[in-house]
Amino acid sequence: MNVLVNSAGFLTSVQGLGRTGYRQSGVSIGGALDTHALRVANALVGNEDAAAGLEATFGKLRLRFEDERIVAWCGGAFSARIGDEDLPPGHPGLVGKDDELLIVAPSAGSRAWLAISGGLDTPVVLGSRSTDLRGNFGGHQGRALRDGDFLPLRDVDLETAAPWKDRRIAEFSAPATWASTAKRDRFLRIVRAAHWDFFTSDAQAALVSAQFTVTPDSDRMGARLDGPVLERIEASDLLSEAVAPGTLQVPPNGKPILLLGDCQTIGGYPKIAHVITVDLPIAAQLWPGDAVRFHEIPLAEAQELLREREDDFARFRVGLTLHAR
Amino acid sequence: MTIDPLGDSALIVRIDDEFRPDASLNAVLVALRCLEAAELPGVIELAPAYTTIGVFFDPARVAGFDELKTKIERALQPSVEPARPRAETGSVVDVPVCYENEFALDLGEVAEFTGLSEEEIVQRHSSASYRVHCVGFTPGFPFLGGLPAELATPRRATPRKEIPAGAVAIGGAQTGIYPRKSPGGWNIIGRTPLSLFDVQREPPALFRAGDRVRFRKILREEFERSLT
Repeated sequence: MNVLVNSAGFLTSVQGLGRTGYRQSGVSIGGALDTHALRVANALVGNEDAAAGLEATFGKLRLRFEDERIVAWCGGAFSARIGDEDLPPGHPGLVGKDDELLIVAPSAGSRAWLAISGGLDTPVVLGSRSTDLRGNFGGHQGRALRDGDFLPLRDVDLETAAPWKDRRIAEFSAPATWASTAKRDRFLRIVRAAHWDFFTSDAQAALVSAQFTVTPDSDRMGARLDGPVLERIEASDLLSEAVAPGTLQVPPNGKPILLLGDCQTIGGYPKIAHVITVDLPIAAQLWPGDAVRFHEIPLAEAQELLREREDDFARFRVGLTLHAR
Repeated sequence: MTIDPLGDSALIVRIDDEFRPDASLNAVLVALRCLEAAELPGVIELAPAYTTIGVFFDPARVAGFDELKTKIERALQPSVEPARPRAETGSVVDVPVCYENEFALDLGEVAEFTGLSEEEIVQRHSSASYRVHCVGFTPGFPFLGGLPAELATPRRATPRKEIPAGAVAIGGAQTGIYPRKSPGGWNIIGRTPLSLFDVQREPPALFRAGDRVRFRKILREEFERSLT
């Protein structure tokens, strides 16, 4: 069975948890810019974490289904409807055959992740169904969706997945902080990076005190930030080395770039800091014009926060099996 | 050797303080094989480049940065030298290149900058021996060391918006090949019909760090024949 893309919106692509194991060939990890949001949405519809869903940028997405499915979404302050009925973030909902699911432009934030029970059945390329939009492979024909596309879905047994389905929208939901990730005050926690000491004390102080603004030339590779110029003590060329989503690198113009999922595997700009993994969901909502600030924490705390979130997620999954009973 | 965190889910092992073309590369490749053989729990993948190896891990399966650092140091200890794998010499990849005018968009600029004739540039570029220092920038892009010093040419002041797939180019002291149509700032001196990146292949990139590369001058007819 398929889902028909009536309207593909601004930029929608098939994404899973990304592609690992091919960095040595220069292949980015890619995948959902907020993998946690996709995992939560997948859990809500009874999918495994890594099932492929859709990443919608700025909404205007309209889908029509050929069979009955459970859907759920997490992300920015979008509004979504199944027919005339609101589908709030983090709630599983039932779409019937020929029903239309609509996700409209957000009032805050920029991206949403939609999971569909069964998951999208686009081909696995280099171990993943995620679309590599720069490399033009994976996902649906290696590209963003277009109006009129048909996307194959994997088979699923709805009876076991949605025993609550006498209602259209389930009453239970994911924790609100996981379901809705657009923030009014965007504080991103950072840890120091390898080249922190290459920067002047003014630059170090500015990074954690000043406000930065996302510029229009931002994309899935990175959010470019305007703000105080972060100066280095001395300018020297560095050899390219591994970078990762969350890395804050600073090109010669002193304006930092916050790398996101589609970032290159290696980079030669000095790294001043890294946004911690549990705050990447906030970073994934950044949109041109948004203001953002940084707050430094110790590395051990960043890792502890991540472990706590993983424990919470494991408990959440267990809790969902109770709803499904 | 030093080990720096790369955020909360990765770290960078610095094998060499400065880049020594063959020595650094061999040291990085030996360390890469050691880390692969060690199969450290929680390590997802390794990303070598010039003098470093990026180590990506699952923080839920690693007690902390210090613990993983200690395990990596142990895996790379010189005391286990006898068991250490040797740096692979790498494959030797023969790369046919057509240097004819319609493919050599910037050969004139390189000639002007280096003071060499176009024929000399082609002759020297195609007779040197190169080594893949790392693969990155775009999927399959090889950064090659070994460019004869007299051919070094700064990147173009204004990058080209579109460089064709297979374009062979000089950027500073390095040479490289664009795997697919993309923007880029290097000086294009020729084009290869080889496919540098193919998702149907395993691994998908034609080149791996450590491979040796030679460019072989071909005529336009051979270029076109190879394409089909």
